[in-house]
Amino acid sequence: MDATCEALGRQINIMEVCGTHTVSLFRNGIRSTLPRQIKLLSGPGCPVCVTDQGYIDTVLELADRPECVIATYGDMIRVPGKSRKGCCAGGSLETRQNTGNVKIILSSEDALQIAKENQDKIVVFVAVGFETTAPATAVVIQQAAKENIENFCILSNHKLVIPAMKAILSMPTNKIDAFLCPGHVSVIIGYGAFKEIAEQYKKPCVVAGFEPMQIIEGLAEICRLLIECKSEAKSIYTAVVTEKGNIAAQKIIDECFEPADGLWRGLGNIKVSTLKLREQYSKFDAMRRFGLTEKQVEEPTGCHCGEVLCGLMEPPECQLFGQVCTPQTPIGPCMVSSEGACTAWFKYGRKKNGANGQKNGR
Amino acid sequence: MVKKTDDKVLLAHGGGGQLSDQLIREHIIPRFRNKTLAELTDAAKLNLDSSKICFTTDSYVVKPLFFNGGDIGKLAVCGTINDLAVSGAKPVAISLALIIEEGFPFDSLDKILDSIAANAAENNVEIVTGDTKTVETGAADEIFINTTGIGIRLDGVEMGFDKIAVGDKVILSGTVGDHGMTIISHREDIGFKTQLKSDCAALADLTCKLLTEIKGVKFMRDPTRGGLAATLNEITKQTSLSIITNEVDIPISPTVQAAADMLGFDVLNIANEGKFVAVVSSQTAEECIKICHNHPLGKNAAIIGEVVKTTDVPLVEMLTKIGGKRIVQMPYGRDLPRIC
Amino acid sequence: MCLAIPARIVKLEDDRAIVDAMGNQFKARTTLLPDVKLGDLVLVHAGFAISTVDEEEAKKTWELIAEIDEFKDTPNKVSG
Repeated sequence: MDATCEALGRQINIMEVCGTHTVSLFRNGIRSTLPRQIKLLSGPGCPVCVTDQGYIDTVLELADRPECVIATYGDMIRVPGKSRKGCCAGGSLETRQNTGNVKIILSSEDALQIAKENQDKIVVFVAVGFETTAPATAVVIQQAAKENIENFCILSNHKLVIPAMKAILSMPTNKIDAFLCPGHVSVIIGYGAFKEIAEQYKKPCVVAGFEPMQIIEGLAEICRLLIECKSEAKSIYTAVVTEKGNIAAQKIIDECFEPADGLWRGLGNIKVSTLKLREQYSKFDAMRRFGLTEKQVEEPTGCHCGEVLCGLMEPPECQLFGQVCTPQTPIGPCMVSSEGACTAWFKYGRKKNGANGQKNGR
Repeated sequence: MVKKTDDKVLLAHGGGGQLSDQLIREHIIPRFRNKTLAELTDAAKLNLDSSKICFTTDSYVVKPLFFNGGDIGKLAVCGTINDLAVSGAKPVAISLALIIEEGFPFDSLDKILDSIAANAAENNVEIVTGDTKTVETGAADEIFINTTGIGIRLDGVEMGFDKIAVGDKVILSGTVGDHGMTIISHREDIGFKTQLKSDCAALADLTCKLLTEIKGVKFMRDPTRGGLAATLNEITKQTSLSIITNEVDIPISPTVQAAADMLGFDVLNIANEGKFVAVVSSQTAEECIKICHNHPLGKNAAIIGEVVKTTDVPLVEMLTKIGGKRIVQMPYGRDLPRIC
Repeated sequence: MCLAIPARIVKLEDDRAIVDAMGNQFKARTTLLPDVKLGDLVLVHAGFAISTVDEEEAKKTWELIAEIDEFKDTPNKVSG
């Protein structure tokens, strides 16, 4: 890789789209082993990070209703709400756990099971995640429909990776040369899905897994493609990724959901970038059920999560990083999410100005 | 004639009257056969050989009460023994205080008491005094245990943060993550079936051996809550020195790693109940490892790192498997299962 | 954005499976892999098997899987 980078003779900006790649890069200390020409930009592939404040506040408002039980993956537990008079009371799902109506689940199926076991409550499943996780939601929606489970609904915030990549590429400030593409999203959508990015925007796209050697090989492959001036979509995650992906999973997503415009934290509104339940399953849509409308809530002052998500800023460049905004006291989602770029920098990388921000966590 | 009680603990069992007496005489005394306890005085009279003593306390609220590899009783005895052991003391006596929720089955209480008795006996430690309280349903979660322990400091052993110096080696006595992951596997919400077993064990025999045979042991701690990451960070915080560890040298069982990977946990943050971290002089490190390897509780002991000078701020850094470097932070205090 | 690890199907009934990852057993739905069979190695994410995994490729990709042969022969598999 060193030789290839020397030959290219310039800085290479590679966006690693997936939050799990961000974490793996840091956890394995890969950044410190790369040629100096490679600059890695963390992209918007962290479902928690790109969830807009309005959605989070809606979840918290539903959590405050005694008739509701919120079923959520652990990732969303600590995301802070924005306290506003008359609506969201702030705090997070974690601060509401003592009420007993916030349940951490490992699978969408668990959410449905909670509904079956608690007929007197309405279970709201916090359905976040990209294409990897959407099929799991789709399966239980279809199951709920078949078994007529009336007290189950979802608050869908499933997002699509490729529209986000396109949105970032259409920003005039973007300097991206290539993408390291998400391994498990690609299991579902197939690496062929990245062809349009490679061909239309002339950016090589390489799908890699999350083990350290996979990431290093993926980056090496990107360098090779760049030096050969080939804008291709490839995968080195041959163990599980195919060109077409998981057809059964794609089918079930399509049966339950349709693409819709959606709000992405830091990126604004992106066309056809989120999944909305189709009309025939609308009774499972929590927004419909509770008569809610999408909220547009401003992000906290001084928060630069948006720029970080687009790869325009590195976490230590944010004024709040490591000072006011830490994993214990997160301001924005990039610090809340265990996959967020800011958390990864804080946990595994150097702190901003060398100040010892270590607190006694016990 | 004392009224025959049913099979559950009643509030009256903590009331200091007939039922309390019955509980002590029928359930507690027969299990802890020692002279000191049998006197049933308000305080235990101990005749210790030395005035250089160590004194520790701990409370146990673990759920579930019974898990693969142990139970709350074993945890209570071993935990307190270990606090004394890593402080350079030979454990001598333990106190046992129970807070029991009304309605707790006697069956379970007896099992726990059996475990306490067995583990105390096995480790030559006596339960010399105790207390039993009962509370209304809901005021406690089944049973809480508090133990305090007294130990005699070994001759010539002077350990402390101030003894740690640049160049010292960091030793870990065995695999990490076993206890915490076992407990997590029993959780109602994210539980799973597993071969995993808690590593709950009393380390005094091994630590005493180590400390009597090697004079270069500077510091010891058992990495309980917060795991290895917390212990290493505590060392750097208190000494203002830094530590470099080698990922390949940290012993982790594949079953623990796979379980942690499945749930998104970091093994370094997970609790251990039968392991210690020791900082030893570099000349004595290999010898320490040999002693550990010859003991059933130290078979997987390894040198996992070194104390180094602080360049910027005191840090715990790790050299990763692929030769990279990353920082090991103090854990938040609660790892959550993730899908991302 | 996607934690998923390879695990082997040790029990399968319709589209409900038990998968084993180094001695840990989890429930997993195989709804998204209609052709899967008992004994297959699959990638599991959020309680769902999302792909079968080629055994040889698995050993090359995941260090933990490469340890499988070593793991099978080790008497002391867990704590110590």
